[in-house]
Amino acid sequence: MKALKKIKWQHYIAYAAIIIFLIVCSFFKISRTNLYIFEKIAIAIILATSLSFVVGFLGELSLGHAGFMCIGAYIGGKFASIIVEQLGNGLPALILSVLVGGLCAAAAGFIIGLPALRLKGDYLAIVTLAFGQIVMVLFQNSSRASFGGAFGLDTPRYGYKSLYVIAFVFALLTIAAFQNIIRSKHGRAITAIRDNEIAARATGINVTKYKLLAFVISAFFAGVAGVLYSYTQSKVQSVNFDYNYSIEILVMVVLGGMGSLNGSIFAAALITILNEKLATILTGNLAVLQNLFYALILILIVIYSNAPALNSFREKYNLRRLFTRKSTAADFARDKDDEGSWARVPTKIKMDEVLSLDLDAKDAYTPDKPDKPDQAESNRKGEKHNG
Amino acid sequence: MEFISILINGLSLGGVYALIALGYTMVYGIAKMLNFAHGDIIMVGGYTIYVFFTMTGHPLLAIAAACVMCVVLGVVMEKLAYKPLRGASPLAVLITAIGVSYLLQSVAQMLYGSAPKTVIIANFGVVTVGSFSISIASLLILAASALIMTVLTLFIKFSKVGRAMIAVSEDRGAAQLMGVNVNGIITVTFLIGSFLAAVAGAFYLLKYPSISNTMGSMPGIKAFTAAVIGGIGSIPGAMLGGLLLGVIECLFNAFPAIAPYTDAIEFALLILLLLVRPNGILGKKRREKV
Repeated sequence: MKALKKIKWQHYIAYAAIIIFLIVCSFFKISRTNLYIFEKIAIAIILATSLSFVVGFLGELSLGHAGFMCIGAYIGGKFASIIVEQLGNGLPALILSVLVGGLCAAAAGFIIGLPALRLKGDYLAIVTLAFGQIVMVLFQNSSRASFGGAFGLDTPRYGYKSLYVIAFVFALLTIAAFQNIIRSKHGRAITAIRDNEIAARATGINVTKYKLLAFVISAFFAGVAGVLYSYTQSKVQSVNFDYNYSIEILVMVVLGGMGSLNGSIFAAALITILNEKLATILTGNLAVLQNLFYALILILIVIYSNAPALNSFREKYNLRRLFTRKSTAADFARDKDDEGSWARVPTKIKMDEVLSLDLDAKDAYTPDKPDKPDQAESNRKGEKHNG
Repeated sequence: MEFISILINGLSLGGVYALIALGYTMVYGIAKMLNFAHGDIIMVGGYTIYVFFTMTGHPLLAIAAACVMCVVLGVVMEKLAYKPLRGASPLAVLITAIGVSYLLQSVAQMLYGSAPKTVIIANFGVVTVGSFSISIASLLILAASALIMTVLTLFIKFSKVGRAMIAVSEDRGAAQLMGVNVNGIITVTFLIGSFLAAVAGAFYLLKYPSISNTMGSMPGIKAFTAAVIGGIGSIPGAMLGGLLLGVIECLFNAFPAIAPYTDAIEFALLILLLLVRPNGILGKKRREKV
């Protein structure tokens, strides 16, 4: 029972928000455009949560998330269009194709996870980027009969209006899966790898296994999002899954705060709504303002939350502290442990005091009068004897 | 005989890649960061050439203006976006660099639209030897990039600034203790990298005379691939990787059946090579210490 106590109310915010939202929606008649936006929000939540797991918790940058989604959308969509003839365009067909699409994306995640074992940081980022490009090129040049090539793949659109409910249920499952993984032993191992890979290895964590695991799980859910996407569209086109789309998902993760699932979820909803609203307001040449906005968000948020020069400022005006009681160093350490947040743990040693200590004059090192070489020699010999 | 013409085309394309890759590899070696916006500097150079060329009609003037513009941009970018993050986690720096790249692309799109523009700054024609023909532009690019690379190698080996660059790339802390102005050296690195990118952009325009706001991203990614293949941080490695990638690209493009998959093959090669030799062909193996 003690373990249950550790679960805080914050862990339920996302579930509560989504469930309340669904209940409220069931009382209203929703217009076609809003239905579409809701579907997109659910898909974005799945994508952002799964990317947040790799970027915020494993600490590796993946720029090919749209590639995993692309695999899910194409293979799941193709599978759906075949299976719909037998099962009819209903829920069983949808669940089966979601599984197939997700598993295929997970297999791709395994393949991409392999170089991840030997590479990290910038190298890995470029490999994932290359992977996204390869997936796009392959589907774009596929034959008309297999995946539609440049024409795009025709997929069955889900006939019922309740698709958004199904999509949100999948989003809930995704959030539950990631929250449980992160709070489990495996999640702790993964955050340990992020904080210090060598130390993690030294404590007996199987780095290979956990890195692969993180990539495979993240890819699986990106694939699920892809299949759901294919259900919202009548046509899937590979150009939609380009590098820019991967960046858009990354913006959600960064905006939500790295290492925070709830943050990613709300940022995903916010950015999707903004996207749709801005697209109707900004037309023609102004449409580019949207990209400009994302770019500025990325740069400013990362500089604000990471610049060493702003450390003291950040600690003074910490948003999180407004809502909680005055926290102690122990709280900081525990929070960091629990949520894998990137908070700075204050050290016990007060550096200012150490630096301002008055040394006795005879002990002080004076560069003007160096030790005599023969004296230094005899000192060293003495040490040898002692050793 | 067709092979020789493909080879020369490939080498000249490789020269362009090598020039861009040098920018990547130098910045990576010295500032220990992947400047994702490096490819977009080429794009800014391309637009500067376009603007000045349509204004004055003088190709060399346009290229000079592009060099100045890119150098200023590179230095400003480093001061505003990357310098505040010195000492922060590499992931943060990488994401900022992606943001800068995105920013440059959107600003260019806002100013000039997303439709590609054609700009032919010079037309050199082809030289026919026997049964095959080689474009003179390719030969010029090949010669010019060979010259630039030689000058750069000599500069880094023998000049005071160049040796300071090597020192900073080997051990930043030690270099600082020896009196090297590390911040200054990083700025100089960005300056040289941006200059090379501007020149590479001009050469790229000679080969493919079309500019758009995303024109820099593909050569940028390819050049980074080249830098990684050669061993990132290594200057001869970047040259070797660039030339290799250019030749491979032209070779695959010569076969109509493979041509659509060229990009995929190149990236697959990168992944395979990194699996076998994570430090690239000429890269030094670095053991991580606690």
